[in-house]
Amino acid sequence: MATSTVPLTRPAEAPLPVLGRLHEWVVTVDHKRLGLMYIASGLVFFLIAGIEASVMRLQLAVPNNDMVSPQVFNRMMTMHGTTMVFFVGMPILLGFANYLVPLMIGARDMAFPRLNAFSFWLSLFGGLLLYFSFLGAEGLYGGGSAPDVGWFAYAPLTARAFSRGNSTDYWILGLLVSGIGSIGTAVNLIATTLCLRCPGMTLAKMPLLVWLNFVVACQILVAISPLTAAQIMLLLDRFLGAHFFDTQAGGSAVLWQHFFWIFGHPEVYILILPGFAFASEIIPVFSRKVIFGYPVMVAATVAIGFISLSVWAHHMFSVGMSPAANTFFTISTMLIAVPTGIKIFNWLGTMWGGKIRFAVPMLFCTGFLFQFLVAGLTGVMLATVPFDWQLTDSYFVVAHFHYVLIGGLLFTIFAAIYFWFPKATGRMLDERLGKWHFWLFAIGFNLTFAPQHVSGILGMPRRIYTYDAGRGWEIWNLISSLGVLFQAAAILFFLWNVVRALRSGEPAGDDPWDAWTLEWATTSPPPEYNFAEVPEVRSRRPLWDLKHPHDPDWRYE
Amino acid sequence: MTSPATPWTLPDRGRVGIAGVIVAESAIFLIFVVAYLYYIGKSASGPQPSQVLELPILASALLLSSSATIAFAVRALRGGQRGGFLLWWGATFALGASFLALTALEWRTLIYDKGLTIATNLFGTSYYALVGLHASHVIVGLLALGVVLALGLRGHVRAQHAERTEILSLYWHFVDGVWIVVFTVVYVIGR
Repeated sequence: MATSTVPLTRPAEAPLPVLGRLHEWVVTVDHKRLGLMYIASGLVFFLIAGIEASVMRLQLAVPNNDMVSPQVFNRMMTMHGTTMVFFVGMPILLGFANYLVPLMIGARDMAFPRLNAFSFWLSLFGGLLLYFSFLGAEGLYGGGSAPDVGWFAYAPLTARAFSRGNSTDYWILGLLVSGIGSIGTAVNLIATTLCLRCPGMTLAKMPLLVWLNFVVACQILVAISPLTAAQIMLLLDRFLGAHFFDTQAGGSAVLWQHFFWIFGHPEVYILILPGFAFASEIIPVFSRKVIFGYPVMVAATVAIGFISLSVWAHHMFSVGMSPAANTFFTISTMLIAVPTGIKIFNWLGTMWGGKIRFAVPMLFCTGFLFQFLVAGLTGVMLATVPFDWQLTDSYFVVAHFHYVLIGGLLFTIFAAIYFWFPKATGRMLDERLGKWHFWLFAIGFNLTFAPQHVSGILGMPRRIYTYDAGRGWEIWNLISSLGVLFQAAAILFFLWNVVRALRSGEPAGDDPWDAWTLEWATTSPPPEYNFAEVPEVRSRRPLWDLKHPHDPDWRYE
Repeated sequence: MTSPATPWTLPDRGRVGIAGVIVAESAIFLIFVVAYLYYIGKSASGPQPSQVLELPILASALLLSSSATIAFAVRALRGGQRGGFLLWWGATFALGASFLALTALEWRTLIYDKGLTIATNLFGTSYYALVGLHASHVIVGLLALGVVLALGLRGHVRAQHAERTEILSLYWHFVDGVWIVVFTVVYVIGR
């Protein structure tokens, strides 16, 4: 049996001094270390962006509040959105892809390990560049510290005349640099998936996580590049006096919107598909069943990948496009709900009749199913043009996309952390603390964002720094802000759980969840070379075959 | 477990990698081309393209023929002819460099004689951005070609490196292909 690992006795090595260990991490090209650094940097930025969100919620808790100035509120809003998308979502998801894809396909490393390290450091330094704006963006004009133009930086607000100083330049450069890093990692993931699969692992036998990340990598190639192009144009506008988005010289502000959302909407799927990937690996393991409808799941993913390229202008219904364009983007947006709905039914089909065990990863996945359903339903509502005209730029939209990105994505990220933490560290996270984390976070999240549906329908616009009393918004905003306390408490439980597990967690063993994909065949944490022998697979669940030689999967596939 | 009867072959990672890079670069160029097409005829003031642009026939011929020379170079290296490889590879470098020089001369004329800069009008903005984006890709290509040329002159490029030079040549073909698009958009449709 090729998948069995040779017991190795590690040579006794003296622990390196701190500086030596640090140096090892800085110069590493190992996909597992880079993956962990991606995830760690994402979590640090997650805490920073969470604090920025808390400042906004604190400011909006009561009407006519003047805790922060409008200028500071705009900066918090811009930095929160930009950080969460580019320096939390992207690094964490690319980090998981980096860590898991080579292990799941039985490879030793990514296809281009040095490109991998280069991409990670670009991504990290992009984030540092963005945050350096707090110190360095004052420029010559006293034009504010951090970027304050919104995460989509609509023209002509970003023109030199309206955005003095250098804050917008840091926003552009930070995203440009990290975007090139994302493209590098995407190229790497595609080459790894296509060229490094172990013998027997045909495309139809790849774990769904690998499939979904492959589609995501393809989307990154065609979605991040338009943003890079638009950023170059904006730089030319700001530094060389070009007129791409300069409305006074005939340039078009709407063109920026198109370019930004040609990136921006596929980006939403780039973020959520890895969440689907985690759910597709975790739900079967805790339901003790194979995934329901594997080929349909793959087809739905590829369909989402293609359709996601043609929905961007549903962000622009109120900008005054032609009825034909509005109709097209309504139809394409509703169309993408179909493969997404198929996925939800398939996860339910996997759970149906399964022997479900509600360990913490499964709890988070179950929460994800409910909350993502809400997000999808409000998404279909907003795809309808008249409905969108009524509620665009209101808190209803804020509630919608936070149900996607927190209720959907962040819940699956937490599920993934609880699920693969034992593999990466060799230690279990505590179940009891994890359940506190889950329930507090689920309560806090829904307390914060469910009321925003109501305040949005009552007419509360996005991006306002305060509001008058007497409009019926007070109670909803107060509940919203109170939810932050629960979420913050949940995050503290999570951090404590991680620290505790790293110090004195229960040893995990190689395969604590009795799972079926190849990463569980090696030790926890895996050695630098991943597998002592190149594994060979004959079905989609190689470890099932190994554990049940009398009833292997490949007889039925 | 028995080994599969058919041999296990997978695509070459270098080719897949460069294909990914080319797809991403194509998306960047696509956005610049869309911006160019969108701004045709929207300049509020002169100079207009028809007044100042001339067809860069010679430059185009030089660049496109470099696609042939690089293919010859790779074929020579595959056949183990290192002298032939160096000759064709050097010719490719020279053709690319002269294309760049002609672009520089064109820009000089436009800036100093015709008074068109990137800040003059929308035509200047989109023209310098698109042609400049392509020219910067030529520069990157020349740097890569130059590294291989320098290694080759010192005798370090051998037949076993043919596959790698082939992958670099794919990038160079892409840069040439993009020029056909840029030529069509800027000098044919836009004029």
